[in-house]
Amino acid sequence: MLPCTGRIDESLLLKAFENGADGVMVVGCLEGDCHYVNGNIRARARVERVYQILEQIEIGPDRVRMYNLSAGEGAKFAAFANEFVEIISTIGQSPINKARSGNSQPVQEVES
Amino acid sequence: MITGTPKPIEELLEMLEPYENIIVAGCFGCVTVCRVGGDKEVQVLSSTLRLAREAKGKNLQIREVCLERQCDPEYLELMRPYLEEYQAVLSIACGAGIQFLAEKFSKTPILPGINTGFLGVTERQGEWTERCQGCGDCVLHLTGGICPVTRCAKSIFHGPCGGSVEGKCEISKDVKCGWQLIIDRLKSLDQMENYGKIKPYKGWDSSRDGGPRRILREDMI
Ligand code: SF4
Ligand code: SF4
Repeated sequence: MLPCTGRIDESLLLKAFENGADGVMVVGCLEGDCHYVNGNIRARARVERVYQILEQIEIGPDRVRMYNLSAGEGAKFAAFANEFVEIISTIGQSPINKARSGNSQPVQEVES
Repeated sequence: MITGTPKPIEELLEMLEPYENIIVAGCFGCVTVCRVGGDKEVQVLSSTLRLAREAKGKNLQIREVCLERQCDPEYLELMRPYLEEYQAVLSIACGAGIQFLAEKFSKTPILPGINTGFLGVTERQGEWTERCQGCGDCVLHLTGGICPVTRCAKSIFHGPCGGSVEGKCEISKDVKCGWQLIIDRLKSLDQMENYGKIKPYKGWDSSRDGGPRRILREDMI
């Protein structure tokens, strides 16, 4: 959790992938509504750059995505989170995690 | 400042193919300001390289460093104590810094991580343009502060040439004619008399034509 998405830079997002994330969603305030004027606009540009990097190194650009909502929209946040989890489950494990586990199959959820 | 652009990641990966343990070295000088070789760029590039290699099942150990400047020997010396532990250095300073590294550490392969560009200025965040080619014999006092070597595509000294149309250079509609800029500026300064004063012969021996250059300041040695 950061006080403003303007603090997010490309290296933070890439670090998340290095640390084993299959996908990273960045959630910022509504555009035009930034307390620090344009933090979320800057964040969007950086997310786009990471999108391009992930595409270039064949990790899959869709693994990073930015969403915008206001702090009062809890239900929308949940919907966005569910949507993103859905996208990532469809794409599957990141090539990094596959290489680390030596397992080319996505991890299956086991019902208990 | 000296500007540059990042090398394509595929080119870097190919360059780094033989290595498993490298240093990525940035510089807090010019390349930090033009956002191509500073501390942040070291972090982003290192993560990108590690991810790309790991995705292919191969490891790449990286030590991330950023020196105050790579064009001064005292800062390069800071790398000496640990340099031997690494197989190569990928430097994202300008070509001068990269070469100085290679010169000081002759047993370690030094690789360029950026394409060094030109001596330029920041027009706005994210946009840089060229201003000076370091000709070694500045004439800006005669040309209204606009450099004919750099701003004229042909570097001529008695422009504009016949290719100047409505203030634009014949190389592109997006490029202003350097000589039209000079004349407009001389007129606004009321210094058109300087137009005729421009030297009949520009000696290029003080520029690159005289080979690699050296400045020796006896008072400082
Ligand atoms: S090494 Fe190059 S980029 Fe770094 S300060 Fe020196 S001239 Fe500028
Ligand atoms: S005249 Fe020479 S030194 Fe002066 S700005 Fe142009 S290239 Fe640089």
